[in-house]
Amino acid sequence: MVLQTAEAPCSCMEASENSQSFLKAYRWMLLARLVEEKIASLYRGGKIFGGVFVSKGQEALSVAIGSSLRKGDIFAPLIRDQAGRLAFGEPLLDCLRTYLGSRLGPMRGRDGNVHRGRPKEGMLPMISHLGAMIPAVAGCLMARRFRGIEGTVGATCIGDGGTSTGAFHEAMNLAAVERLPLVMVVANNQYAYSTPNSRQFVCRDLVDKAAGYGIEGHSVDATDLGACLKTLGQAVDRARAGHGPQLVIGSLLRLAGHGEHDDAHYVDPALKESALGRDCLKVAEQHILSSKWAAESTLLDWNEEAQKQIDDAVALTIREPLPDPNQEDWCALATRHLSEG
Amino acid sequence: MITYLEAIREAQAKALADDPRVYIYGQDVGQFGGAFKATKNLAQEFPGRVLDAPISEDAIIGSAIGAAIEGMRPIIEMQFADFSTVGFNQIVNHAATMNWRTQLPCPITIRLPSGGTAGGGPFHSQSMEALYAHYPGLIVMTPATVEDAYSMLLEAVAIDDPVIFCEHKYLYYHLKAESLPTEAMPTGKARVARAGRDATIVTYSAMVHESLAAAEELAGEGWEIEVIDLRSIKPLDTDTVLASVARTGRLLAVGEAFPWGGVTAEILARVASEGYDLLDAPPRRLNAKDTPVPYHPNLWGTHRPTARTISAEMRELLRR
Ligand SMILES: Cc1ncc(C[n+]2csc(CCOP(=O)(O)OP(=O)(O)O)c2C)c(N)n1
Ligand SMILES: [Mg+2]
Repeated sequence: MVLQTAEAPCSCMEASENSQSFLKAYRWMLLARLVEEKIASLYRGGKIFGGVFVSKGQEALSVAIGSSLRKGDIFAPLIRDQAGRLAFGEPLLDCLRTYLGSRLGPMRGRDGNVHRGRPKEGMLPMISHLGAMIPAVAGCLMARRFRGIEGTVGATCIGDGGTSTGAFHEAMNLAAVERLPLVMVVANNQYAYSTPNSRQFVCRDLVDKAAGYGIEGHSVDATDLGACLKTLGQAVDRARAGHGPQLVIGSLLRLAGHGEHDDAHYVDPALKESALGRDCLKVAEQHILSSKWAAESTLLDWNEEAQKQIDDAVALTIREPLPDPNQEDWCALATRHLSEG
Repeated sequence: MITYLEAIREAQAKALADDPRVYIYGQDVGQFGGAFKATKNLAQEFPGRVLDAPISEDAIIGSAIGAAIEGMRPIIEMQFADFSTVGFNQIVNHAATMNWRTQLPCPITIRLPSGGTAGGGPFHSQSMEALYAHYPGLIVMTPATVEDAYSMLLEAVAIDDPVIFCEHKYLYYHLKAESLPTEAMPTGKARVARAGRDATIVTYSAMVHESLAAAEELAGEGWEIEVIDLRSIKPLDTDTVLASVARTGRLLAVGEAFPWGGVTAEILARVASEGYDLLDAPPRRLNAKDTPVPYHPNLWGTHRPTARTISAEMRELLRR
């Protein structure tokens, strides 16, 4: 079943609530955009080892996931989910500490960049292998059921390319069989690295896959924050209400390279000019201004505040201790006495 | 000058030009030329024979097996060696067993961009050669030089069996040669990369260069260390290893992979059982540490063997 996001007329009360959640989400998007710009500039300055992967253009979809979940839910973000991570509650410092390798970060320099999380707090640390996080979220939800904990939703993200993995297919089917409250969000940004969708799948629309798994599907214009908040809110609600897995397809365009090393010269200029190529942050800003939810000067203040928060976090992180091989315990096991070291 | 990476590209160009049965399949290998540019311009030069694959490693390998059954000679690029685990079932259970079960060979070449680079982290740094060498029915190549990268890849395509071609990402740009080779040692023959008489280092891939640097350092202390480059770890040229140990009486095996089992353990096992009397001291092995490959260079630089730790290990061996 494909649900269309209904355009219901809303009361004034709802309108003000909507504006509050919209503005809150916008500020997370802004913080995400600016922190990733900062990381990209640190990368260009040779301050970051390995790759840098930004989510420019995908903040609206991502933030809508993080904002629709609540404390106690499960979230497995992927490469381009800086905004969703912040909205779900990941401290800004986690991002900088992981990119810069601080020993005080959640990954302690052992893993880097987007490969970070706090599994005890319901935020799973992605492995690189695409699709691998989906069954793990399903397992978290099965565990909640075994433990008699009700009302949990688990959400995870993937790209258009990641839908081609066996892991995606197996996990969607498993979640459907178990009727798990899993929200699977696909950011269809038209490319997997350099590979266009035409070399990735030929179904008319990725949302059609929902029918194949016997689950509910949703489509959303992911350049539109309001639409994302509404659709993700609805999908999370339906999962929580016992309607089983929800597949959400957000359409957009990756507005950066695959990573900062990539100039994305292969992106079709026609796509950049199309509605998909709109920058969700700019679109949200326009909406705020035209709805008179905030003045231009307020937006500038927010920008400055976010920038200050980032500068402070960077200043703190770069003074923090780096991993030290002599202090590292080089033990991969929890059962320490069984480690061969 | 030609780099290790360019040699791999040139070998594929030659394979495509010489043999109409060859095609290349992998993520982003087409117009884009691959994540590392190992297939740069090949899609343009060989239209319809260098294809972008979906992110479906199991199906990519499985399709190569089918194509091989039908007489093709696929070259498969995994974007990183680490992702080959997603195609593991097809490699070890399907490709590797085909000839033994049916007497129909399965000539596929699977290129694995392998090994660590600073900042690569646990999922873009792994050395998977031992895992594949464990399975009967596979050949595992681990070239350490520009010349071998070129000639062994051509041989991999020509060989009638599935070949796991472990190309080291660190060597891609670091290693350069004057020109491409016109002749090559056969696969299965190890090479004496540096002659010596006091001790033998047996190694392969990027660790050949760390070992050569260690040998150079030790030469300053008056030691003559022999360095053997295995070139392929399966088949493993035990004869060349034993002949070297016969000359030196001392053995250190060095590998970048995890320490449990693996290539260095195999070398020590063979020398201990077939050449025990040649040894003047207990043989030693040096590997990465028994944890996943760490992200931060401070940790990564200690996790894997380096010229410095190889020298230290060798000094221990020479003291005995
Ligand atoms: C199983 C697997 N194969 C290959 C890769 C290498 N890889 C990393 S990101 C990527 C492209 C991902 O594209 P998509 O899923 O559309 O996400 P996007 O980068 O567009 O957000 C590839 C091929 C991987 N991470 N996992
Ligand atoms: Mg994509």
